[in-house]
Amino acid sequence: MGRYMERAENLARIIDVNESFARDSREEENWLPILRLHAEEEAFLAERKTATAGEVVHFYTLDRTSPNAIRSCLDRSRDNARSMRHLLSTEVWRQLNVFHEWFCSLTRRDIRLGNLSAICLRVKEGCQLHTGIFDGTMIRDQVWYFYGLGKALERANQTSRLIDIKSHLLDPPGDSEAAVDVAQWNALLRSAAGYHAFRRIHPSGMTPRQVVDFFLTDRSFPRSIAFSLHEVDTLLWGLQRNGGLGRVRDIRQAINPVLEQVSLPATRGGIEHRLNAHIDRLQISLDDLAERIATTFFR
Amino acid sequence: MSTRRGLLRGYKSDGHFCEWFGRRGHAQPHTELVRERLGRLNPEELQQRARDSERELYNLGITFTVYSQSNVIDRILPFDVIPRLLSAADWATIESGARQRVRAINLFLHDIYHDGKILKDGVMPRELVMGNANYQTAMEGFDLPHGTYVHICGTDLIRDEKGKFLVLEDNGRTPSGVSYVVENRHLMLRAFPDLVEGLPIAPVSDYGWRLHNALAEVAPSGASDPHIVLLSPGVFNSAYFEHVFLAREMGVPLVEGRDLFVENDRVFMRTTRGPVRVDVIYRRIDDAFLDPETLNPKSLLGVPGLMRAYRRGYVTLANAVGTGVADDKAAYAYMPRIIRYYLDEDPILDNVETHVCREAEGLAYTLDHLEDLVVKPVGESGGYGITVGPLASKKQIAQCRAALKKDPSNYISQPMINLSVCPTLIGNAIEARRVDLRPFAVTGRDTWVLPGGLTRVALPKGSIVVNSSQGGGSKDTWVLQ
Repeated sequence: MGRYMERAENLARIIDVNESFARDSREEENWLPILRLHAEEEAFLAERKTATAGEVVHFYTLDRTSPNAIRSCLDRSRDNARSMRHLLSTEVWRQLNVFHEWFCSLTRRDIRLGNLSAICLRVKEGCQLHTGIFDGTMIRDQVWYFYGLGKALERANQTSRLIDIKSHLLDPPGDSEAAVDVAQWNALLRSAAGYHAFRRIHPSGMTPRQVVDFFLTDRSFPRSIAFSLHEVDTLLWGLQRNGGLGRVRDIRQAINPVLEQVSLPATRGGIEHRLNAHIDRLQISLDDLAERIATTFFR
Repeated sequence: MSTRRGLLRGYKSDGHFCEWFGRRGHAQPHTELVRERLGRLNPEELQQRARDSERELYNLGITFTVYSQSNVIDRILPFDVIPRLLSAADWATIESGARQRVRAINLFLHDIYHDGKILKDGVMPRELVMGNANYQTAMEGFDLPHGTYVHICGTDLIRDEKGKFLVLEDNGRTPSGVSYVVENRHLMLRAFPDLVEGLPIAPVSDYGWRLHNALAEVAPSGASDPHIVLLSPGVFNSAYFEHVFLAREMGVPLVEGRDLFVENDRVFMRTTRGPVRVDVIYRRIDDAFLDPETLNPKSLLGVPGLMRAYRRGYVTLANAVGTGVADDKAAYAYMPRIIRYYLDEDPILDNVETHVCREAEGLAYTLDHLEDLVVKPVGESGGYGITVGPLASKKQIAQCRAALKKDPSNYISQPMINLSVCPTLIGNAIEARRVDLRPFAVTGRDTWVLPGGLTRVALPKGSIVVNSSQGGGSKDTWVLQ
């Protein structure tokens, strides 16, 4: 549930940012990155000729058949909530129920470009309200810990994908056109709600290297991969301590090498030109970690 | 008439007994204050509050689920905002009557699964018990804590033209509906603070706590802090909301069959911390699906070996297995005799006069008076298969006659009772609609009856069928102490 709500929130943010900040005359190219982000370019274009704004937005918002649409995330989140409803506080359930129903009532007219930003804002706020109610009303038992794990892993995953689609802009290094394309990096930061956070840490200038390192290694930004992984570690520690779950120990050992991957700036020491490979390895490690948690506790 | 002001001015109970206005329109004294307060509301506001309340039922997911081919549809049980009001004296009768009935049913079940005295004494035909599909040989000679078989009993009551309460049906297997009682009350308290203020309404919100205590009392001996779980068929069951509600109100885990397993005849629950011993199971699945080893091998809902653990006395099931033999529509006909036999008391709550078609006399009477009688199949529930003689067409009567002749022992018949009515919001007017009442009796060592119960209301004009499958809704029920 935590995982899907997190995904819905990220999607809304990405769509919103894409719509507001990365517009120019080349409509198709502007919406392709979202498809690439989810590795769905081929599947999408197999059924449609071009990636028009309207089609891509529909594909990632209302389309029930599209697994990564906000609608699908909210459906799955509510299904999960339904099957564990007895463990949720009434307030968590009620908000999710109302939120889900509101989203299901939306039509193509509601997501037209002129209205899209307002819809995205409501989706983000709905997800954040959910997070807040969850935190404020749930008892700190295993449900809470596992929820947090799903959420933190999803964040790490989403952020790694974001870097992944932009990493080609760093490659080959020193490409002059990429270096000046500040708008791209600006949009990237904003799609992870990180623009102002980044500015606080780097008040002057914005280089691609700084942005990538910020997303990978920053310990103070809640959506960076390093932050999310430390969150995972803290939650696992909590499970071990409060839940008496001895099996957690093995997973915590497995997390250490992953933490090391994001402990040093990735763009230093010659990693730069291998950034793509670095992110790939990181993503594999993240998937492996999620898989380990699932097999240890739920299979 | 000063009793029908404002909104209630045009209200007519059409000669039926009315929960608010009594027999011939003489207002019941206990309803006075509510009448006066309700009369002051304007219709638009009442309608608005009714709409908001129904909306809130959806928001809270107080729904049952209907599955069609491609869609999952959540429906609410329609909720009428005008409460049914019960006087303290009426409630005292219902409460003691329900208690008496539960006591008799438990003694009856103990007897038929042990010595069968009532059968030997010829008070009840042997084949009605032994030939009953709900009779469970596995229960023979098996003693239960405090002799309690029916821990949760829902007794369906109706009121005749004179306002007398009559028992229509006992539900001693897994009666449902109690979640609506509690949730309807919460809804009313929020939507009508001006109506409820200062009224001595008996509370219902301690149901979960009472149920938990009762179940703890019947735990196997030796379990000092018994571990209770609620066993549900799962999220696809239409009553899933109620299962969630009860687990939450009791503060116990909600489990499905696959979450439990039996080892050394003890029942355990799987958790992420390893197995946890289970002492009491409040099960909301039918006898036939409990244990694929002994009952229904095809069942995926149950727990293999559960009956072994149960028979060894290592786990308590609530309700007990095999209680269906006592709440069957045919057994119902003998209930007054059962009460007299075991308790040597007259029934506090009478049955509706019932003709058992398996008996030649009952069948003959039924066939002779088909146009005046309500004919019910013994094995059905939910209002299915009922023929209401006075309202039926010639064709329906003929079909019913044929069915009766073909399989008489499948039917009982009863005179048509003019159910009492209660003011109900229809559109923006208040009209009379038929109601029944299902109080819930909870029994561990002793019996406690939830004050009030579920009032179901037949919303279509003139309808006497209150079942939700036939256009029924519900009301909050206030016992005014």
